[in-house]
Amino acid sequence: MTTVFDFSLLAYSPPGWGKVLLVGFLRSIELAAGGYLLGILIGIAGASGKLYGNKVVRDLLEIYTMVIRAVPELVLMLLFYYVGTDLLSRASSAMGFGGVNIDGLTAGILVIGLVQGGYATEVFRGAILAIPRGQIEAAHAFGMPPGKVLRRVTLPAMTPHALPGMANLWMIATKDTALLAVIDFSELTLVTRQAAGATQYYIMFFLAAGVLYLALTLVSNFALRRFERHARRGLVPAR
Amino acid sequence: MGAPRDERTNGKRTCNRDTRPAQAIRLPRGSERYSLTANQGDIVAIIGGSGSGKSTLLRCINLLERPTSGEVAIQGETYRLRSARHGDLEIADRRQVQRIRAHLGMVFQNFNLWPHRTVLENVIEVPIHVLGMKRDEAIHRAEGLLDRVGLGSKKDMYPSFMSGGQQQRTAIARVLAVDPLAILFDEPTSALDPELVGEVLAVIRDLAAEHRTMLLVTHEMAFARDVASHVVFLREGIIEEQGPPEQIFGDPRSPHLKQFISSVA
Ligand SMILES: Nc1ncnc2c1ncn2[C@@H]1O[C@H](COP(=O)(O)OP(=O)(O)O)[C@@H](O)[C@H]1O
Ligand SMILES: [Mg+2]
Repeated sequence: MTTVFDFSLLAYSPPGWGKVLLVGFLRSIELAAGGYLLGILIGIAGASGKLYGNKVVRDLLEIYTMVIRAVPELVLMLLFYYVGTDLLSRASSAMGFGGVNIDGLTAGILVIGLVQGGYATEVFRGAILAIPRGQIEAAHAFGMPPGKVLRRVTLPAMTPHALPGMANLWMIATKDTALLAVIDFSELTLVTRQAAGATQYYIMFFLAAGVLYLALTLVSNFALRRFERHARRGLVPAR
Repeated sequence: MGAPRDERTNGKRTCNRDTRPAQAIRLPRGSERYSLTANQGDIVAIIGGSGSGKSTLLRCINLLERPTSGEVAIQGETYRLRSARHGDLEIADRRQVQRIRAHLGMVFQNFNLWPHRTVLENVIEVPIHVLGMKRDEAIHRAEGLLDRVGLGSKKDMYPSFMSGGQQQRTAIARVLAVDPLAILFDEPTSALDPELVGEVLAVIRDLAAEHRTMLLVTHEMAFARDVASHVVFLREGIIEEQGPPEQIFGDPRSPHLKQFISSVA
């Protein structure tokens, strides 16, 4: 091998690896987006439970967030994946359905979502506490049912406070997808390694993957900034 | 339903309100220190020193604050409360409370508008999402109300970018939008710069002129004397004296009330 780069190997169709990389990239985005959304749902439920739930709920959530934040993500993912799929197939064969095979994407989203949910719970809890009490109280004083208070007042009012933390979590989600290579999920990092191994153009392929991750970050940053401007529309600028 | 009565127990919150429109004021003998009735069209001013329990009393009417004993009835309907473990009362029927609250407006000292919604959106929020009004109708009514409080041209602004007086007038429009049985004001002008107090009092005076039922916690004594049909003086969590404004301000009996009036005059 005399050169480091052979751009024809990045072509879309074989012998180029472009299509493989792009498909892996899309799967990474699917994973990140799915896990992130699941994390947001868990986070909202978790923050509500921590703030308004009874003692048992609060204690359980405390354990959940503590474990998520204390144990390395890679360990959590392996644990959730192997234990989770094992439990699931046992449960289903016990119920007479025979073994199930949950597909990699679903498993990956669940695993990332559970990890994200632990952090999101704390982000949302802090953000809800940052809302001036009176805004929520006013909604209650008008007889708004609790679910509507959450959707119409608490969530939009806390969004500006949650956004910096949630933007971080999105970045982490996109990068955590790479950890799923350990469970043989064909996301961007795994397919890059395959391409690099097959062609021996390690530097070029890993640079290409880096460029894709960077592009995702740049686009996300742009979108997040726009969303933040929207979320802060009613707030007087701090500066 | 029995006569509203209430005993004040050591250090406990006691509230007793009875808003029964179209019913003569009827205070059971001997319990007027703990009971209060507002009839339709009454304007009840609640006065007293800081920490005397004015907000607590007002907030017991929509159960933002839970009384420890006694009962509260709105238009003849008594809130269903039950004893909790510690002997306090707790809400027994959430839906009933929500239903009654939807017909009581509250105006807060700090406005408590929803900052992520424009002035108009603040005003249509409850009609649409609590009362189930059609959006078009809610907007149409809200625009009329905003004109009335002098904010017709500000409807698309976000509250945080307006003056305190404008925010409080928005809050009043938000309350009027539910066409409330009674409006509860908790020191509506206390957070305002002095030059903005007048514009808010003018709106309240306007509501008084159309005989809206109102309960008004205020430090504006001249205003209370002027618009109130009934004045309640609180001290240490109990009603020390109540009566028509001429009597409360002109011929106070309790020495504490005398002292209070001379201190704020
Ligand atoms: N009737 C009452 N019995 C016992 N405590 C009361 C009573 N009314 C008020 N308090 C307590 O007194 C404090 C001040 O009451 P608050 O209603 O805020 O006073 P204000 O609005 O007049 O300044 C609060 O902590 C409240 O719980
Ligand atoms: Mg007060």
